[in-house]
Amino acid sequence: MPILSSINFSSDVTRNLFIAVFGVLFLASAISYILGRKVQSEGGKATVANLKARVNSWWVMVIVLFSALSFNRAGSTIIFGLISFLALREFITATPTRRGDHWALFAAFFVILPYQYWLVATHWYGMFAIMIPVYAFILIPILTVLTPDVTEFLERNARTQWGLMVCVYFISHIPMLENLDNLPAIKMGSAGLIIFLVAVIQGSDVLQYVWGKLIGKTPVSALSPKKTLEGLVGGILSASLLGALMHRLTPFSPLQAFGVSLLLCLVAFFGGLVMSAIKRERGIKDWGTLIEGHGGMMDRIDSLCFSAPLYYHILRYFFNG
Amino acid sequence: MPMLRPASIFLTKLITGANAVWAGCDPKCEKLRIYFANHGSHLDFATLWAALPSAARERTRPVAARDYWGRTALTRGVACGIFNSLLIAREAISRTENPISQMADALRAGQSLIIFPEGTRCMDGNITDFKPGLYHLANKVPEAELIPVYLQNLNRILPKGHLLPIPLISTVVFGAPLRLEEGEKKPDFLRRTREAVLNLMPHAHGGSLKPG
Repeated sequence: MPILSSINFSSDVTRNLFIAVFGVLFLASAISYILGRKVQSEGGKATVANLKARVNSWWVMVIVLFSALSFNRAGSTIIFGLISFLALREFITATPTRRGDHWALFAAFFVILPYQYWLVATHWYGMFAIMIPVYAFILIPILTVLTPDVTEFLERNARTQWGLMVCVYFISHIPMLENLDNLPAIKMGSAGLIIFLVAVIQGSDVLQYVWGKLIGKTPVSALSPKKTLEGLVGGILSASLLGALMHRLTPFSPLQAFGVSLLLCLVAFFGGLVMSAIKRERGIKDWGTLIEGHGGMMDRIDSLCFSAPLYYHILRYFFNG
Repeated sequence: MPMLRPASIFLTKLITGANAVWAGCDPKCEKLRIYFANHGSHLDFATLWAALPSAARERTRPVAARDYWGRTALTRGVACGIFNSLLIAREAISRTENPISQMADALRAGQSLIIFPEGTRCMDGNITDFKPGLYHLANKVPEAELIPVYLQNLNRILPKGHLLPIPLISTVVFGAPLRLEEGEKKPDFLRRTREAVLNLMPHAHGGSLKPG
């Protein structure tokens, strides 16, 4: 275990992964460049401009994630802590709050969030698993009740608790993956577990978009008019195949990797749908403007939220020695 | 103190995540301007000021209440030293320090101003009726463009009565320039300018504080 980096750079798995990821990015850049020279219509130009912005943002996101994972476990803890912070910021900004929520929100951002990631850093699994579901659940309404304002009291506390669960608790399971010390040896290093999850889920998002653009016809939910049944089935199946191809990043056999990916993608799809429902209720299209072409941080990680704890638990209960 | 300016601007933008939206006026325009905005937080003037392009910021001064910001050396240092504020008297107005004349003098010297015509911070995210100062100023310096500005979410980030901010995302929306019309009555003008700020609300992104 005394490796400094979470990535084992001398492994052939690592080498192949890097070739594949950067190959795909170069291909995507090349395609958007060629499309940009070909399309003439105004609508087509807007689509290509958005595609270019998305691809450029992917470059940034991939490089930031790989750089963070190149450090030891502190790298993933810090980067996902920041992601949680930015996501919670967007979530609370988009939710109505009142003056009486100030202390509860202050605690959410500056006490509960850092403490959850401190628990990741110190490997205290027992507390990690209950701190937000139990103790934040107790602390938040206590801080809210200090101001005698009962308007929407239950809703306000529920919103803050939801924000913490979705943006902090669920996301913190991703760096926690590196603390599963009894897994069979993973050639790429513990970062492989994180890259598998992120690649399958984000791959599923991208592949759903691609399949939807190519053959999409049947709308799947009124909540996300752009999502189609064809896109969904094609995207999830091809992302699960991608998962099977990447099984060497995990302790899974190819078949197990396919099954786990299928399950994760389905849950991720519903996670994205739930987040869309919240956006709809608030009357907003995107959570923010942080990532060009994608919207906010929350728009990028909405499908990771629900799948991260599930993936962690599958590994912890069935593979961790 | 002015050497603290770049750090203060960075810090303000970091805390308030301020997004500037230019909905009807040119950020780089060099005309004399009076930016007038809704007021709900101590962060208001710093945020609006930080949202301006740096050249415009150089010649723009926030107007602040002397009875509040002039209290101690520290508050005065922050208001005047860092943010280059013009401190005016809200109460006990005498002939020698009439706030309207002070502001008019600054405008005539080529400095744009940031003012909050509600006069004080509003607690609940509403915009209260404007005080007549904006009318008198527009009357006295008719060549200045009046730019309505809507500040979103700052009353949630640092509400009145709190010292510690929460890191939400704010938006600063700059609207189209207005002027005092020929023969326009004071109440009509104050209503029109207030509505100009209210009309900018849909340009701001995301959620807001529920009034009430």
